Amino acid sequence: MVTYIIRRLVGALVMLAVVSMVTFSIFFVVPRLAGVTATDFANRYVGRAATQETVVEVTKKLGLDDPVVVQYGRWVKGIFVGAEFDYGAGVEHCPAPCFGYSFVTKKPVWPELLDRLPVTLSLAAGASVIWLLAGVSVGVLSALKRGSVFDRGAMMIALSGVSLPPFFTGLIALSLFSYGLRITAPGGAYVPLTENPVEWAYSLILPWLTLAFLNAAAYARLTRAGMLETMGEDYIRTARAKGLRESKVIAKHGLRAALTPIVTIFGLDVGILLGGAILTENVFSLPGLGKYATGAISTQDLPKIMGFTMLAAFFIVMANLVVDLLYAVVDPRVRLS
Amino acid sequence: MTEHFLDVKNLQIHFPTDDGLVRSVDGLSFQLERGKTLGIVGESGSGKSVTSLGILGLHKGGRAKISGEIWLDGEELVSAGAEHVRKLRGKKMAMIFQDPLSAMHPYYTVGDQIIEAYRIHHKVAKKVARKHAVDLLGRVGIPQPDKRVDSYPHEFSGGMRQRAMIAMALSCDPTLLIADEPTTALDVTVQAQILDLMRDLQRDFDAALIIITHDLGVVAELADDILVMYGGKAIEYGTAEDIFERPEHPYTWGLLGSMPRLDREPTERLLPIKGSPPSLINVPAGCAFHPRCVFEGRTGGKANTEVPELAETEGGHLVRCHLPREERRAIWANEIKPNLESA
Ligand SMILES: Nc1ncnc2c1ncn2[C@@H]1O[C@H](COP(=O)(O)OP(=O)(O)O)[C@@H](O)[C@H]1O
Ligand code: SF4
Ligand SMILES: [Mg+2]
Repeated sequence: MVTYIIRRLVGALVMLAVVSMVTFSIFFVVPRLAGVTATDFANRYVGRAATQETVVEVTKKLGLDDPVVVQYGRWVKGIFVGAEFDYGAGVEHCPAPCFGYSFVTKKPVWPELLDRLPVTLSLAAGASVIWLLAGVSVGVLSALKRGSVFDRGAMMIALSGVSLPPFFTGLIALSLFSYGLRITAPGGAYVPLTENPVEWAYSLILPWLTLAFLNAAAYARLTRAGMLETMGEDYIRTARAKGLRESKVIAKHGLRAALTPIVTIFGLDVGILLGGAILTENVFSLPGLGKYATGAISTQDLPKIMGFTMLAAFFIVMANLVVDLLYAVVDPRVRLS
Repeated sequence: MTEHFLDVKNLQIHFPTDDGLVRSVDGLSFQLERGKTLGIVGESGSGKSVTSLGILGLHKGGRAKISGEIWLDGEELVSAGAEHVRKLRGKKMAMIFQDPLSAMHPYYTVGDQIIEAYRIHHKVAKKVARKHAVDLLGRVGIPQPDKRVDSYPHEFSGGMRQRAMIAMALSCDPTLLIADEPTTALDVTVQAQILDLMRDLQRDFDAALIIITHDLGVVAELADDILVMYGGKAIEYGTAEDIFERPEHPYTWGLLGSMPRLDREPTERLLPIKGSPPSLINVPAGCAFHPRCVFEGRTGGKANTEVPELAETEGGHLVRCHLPREERRAIWANEIKPNLESA
C-alpha cells in the first residue's frame, strides 16, 4: 500500500514535469518557430515606447536569447528556489515558487494565482456539493420510478442540462433572478468567505446553481443508469431474500455499488474545476482562476498562462491520484499492489 | 387450512409483458413437511426459480399476477401483506442461490453480510451477531472462521462461497430452506461436498428443504419427494423411489437418460431430449411436451388438442400424460429401463 502510494506520487511528479515541458514548448518555443524573436518577448515587458537599446539590454538581462533548454532550466529553478528579474527598472526578487513575471502587471505570477484561488475553491466547493446531491438523488428516484412522469421529466431536463452551456443558462439565470426578480446578487459581487460567510454564499448562489445544473444533469443520468444496473443484480435479490427493508436494499446495496463510478468521476471533475470554471467565472465576473486565464490569454501574457496551466495541471494530476487511491477504498476487489 | 407444514395449492405466477402473458408457473401444487426434502426438477425456463421466489414473496409489488395459496406453518402467504411476508423472509424461510459470487455483495465482507442477515430479525449488538457469524461459518465447514469472517466474497473459492451463502441463509434458523441450483456453479467434487453439507445441516435444523435443480442426479440421494416441472406445470410428482424406480412420464424418462454420469464425459448424455423447452408465452396446445415427445403418436391424436390431467397412478404418484397407465408402464419396463441399464 505504502509503496503503491509512493510509486503513484513519483508518477504524478513525472507527469507534471512532462506537462511543464510541453506547455513551455508550446508557449515559448512554438512562437519562436513562427518568427517571434527574443526581443519581441522583451518588448512585452518594456512596452512599445522603449528604445531599441533598452529592449536589447532587457533581452540579455532576462536571458531571452539563451538556448531554450537553459531558459526552461531557469524557469524550473525559479519554481523551486526563486529567481531574480530585471526588465529595465532594476533587479527584483521573485521568491519561490516563482512562475515568472507578468508581461502586463510586471508582478510575480504566483501571488496573483494564490489570490484567485479562494474564489475558484469557493465556486467549486459549493457547486460540487449541490450537483452531487441533486444529481444522485434525482438519478436514484428516476431509476426507481423508471418510466414514470418524474423519470421522463427529469431525464428531459437532464438532457437539456448537459447540452446547455453555462454562458447560456448563466445569463438567463442572471437576468431572471438578479436583474428581474432581484433575489440574488448581480454578477461580479464576490465577497470572500472570511469577510462575511452569509454574503459569500449569497454572492455565489447563482454561479453555484448554474455550474451545478450542468454537472447535476450528467450525474443524474449516470446515477440512473448505474442504479438500473445494480438493482437488477443478484445480490439485490439476496438482500431482499434476507428480509431487508426495501429502503435499505436500495441505499445499502444498490446505491453503494452504483456510487463507485460516480465517486471516480466526481474526483476528476472537481480536479478539473479547481483549475477554474472558465465559462461560469466569466459569465458571473468572478475573479477566479478561470477568469484570470481568459484575461491572460486575451493579453497574451505568457508567464501568466504558463503559471495557470501548471496549477491546473497540478490539480488534475492530484485528483487522478486521489481517485485511484479512493477507488481501492470504495471497491475492495481493487487491490493496491 | 392445511395439516402440512408447507402446502402450495394451485399456484399461478404470470407476468404480463409486451410480448404477451408469460405463464411462468401455471397451477402448481405440492406439499412438504419439516425434516423432509423436496426436489423440484426441470430444464431451465420451466418456472423453478419463479416458484421459489414466489414462495418467498419476492414477486409482491412487481408486475407479476399471483393466484393460488401458499400455506406455511398455518399461514397463507399469497394473500398476506408484503411487509408481513418481508418479516418472515430470512427468518422463517430462507434461500440459497445458484451463483454465490454474484449473489453476495462484492463490497461487503462475508461476515458483514451474515451479520446483516441476523440483525434484520434479531435486535442484538454487532459484536453478538459477529460471534454468531463466526460460529455459523465454522459450522458450514469454513476453516479459521474467526479470520475468514472478514474476507470479501471474491477472496473465497467457489465452494467456500457457497458454504458462506448457506451460513447466511441459516443465520436465523429458518424452518423452510430453498436452494435454487445450489451446486450448478460448482465443479463435481465440490458439488458432492455441498450436498453432503446440506443433508447434515437439514438434519440438525429439522428444516423443510426444497432443492431446485435441472439435474436429477443432484437430488437422487437427498430428496424424499420429487416434482418434475415442464412449462410451468408439474408433469410428474411422487416419492424419489417413484421417480427413479417407476417413472411414468416420457419427459422424466428423458431427464433420467440425460443425467450426467461419472463414468462418462460430462457432455455425453444417454438419451438426450430433442428440441428445446417451450416458450411460456405460447405454450403448445394440448400436452406442452408433445412437440418433443417420442410417444406422441401413441395417444390417439389427443396430445396436441387436450391438456392431460395430473392424475394419480398409484399411491400418491401423479403423472400428466394421455398414455394409458399400463402402456406407460410397459414402455418403461420394455423400452426405456433396459436401455438406461445397458448403456
Ligand atoms: N420478472 C419476469 N418477467 C417476465 N418473465 C419472467 C420473469 N421472471 C421469469 N420469467 C420467465 O419465466 C420463465 C421461467 O423462469 P425461471 O423460473 O427462472 O426458470 P427456471 O426453471 O430455469 O428457474 C422464463 O421463461 C422466464 O423468462
Ligand atoms: S401426453 Fe402424449 S405427448 Fe404428452 S407426454 Fe404423454 S405421450 Fe408424450
Ligand atoms: Mg432458475
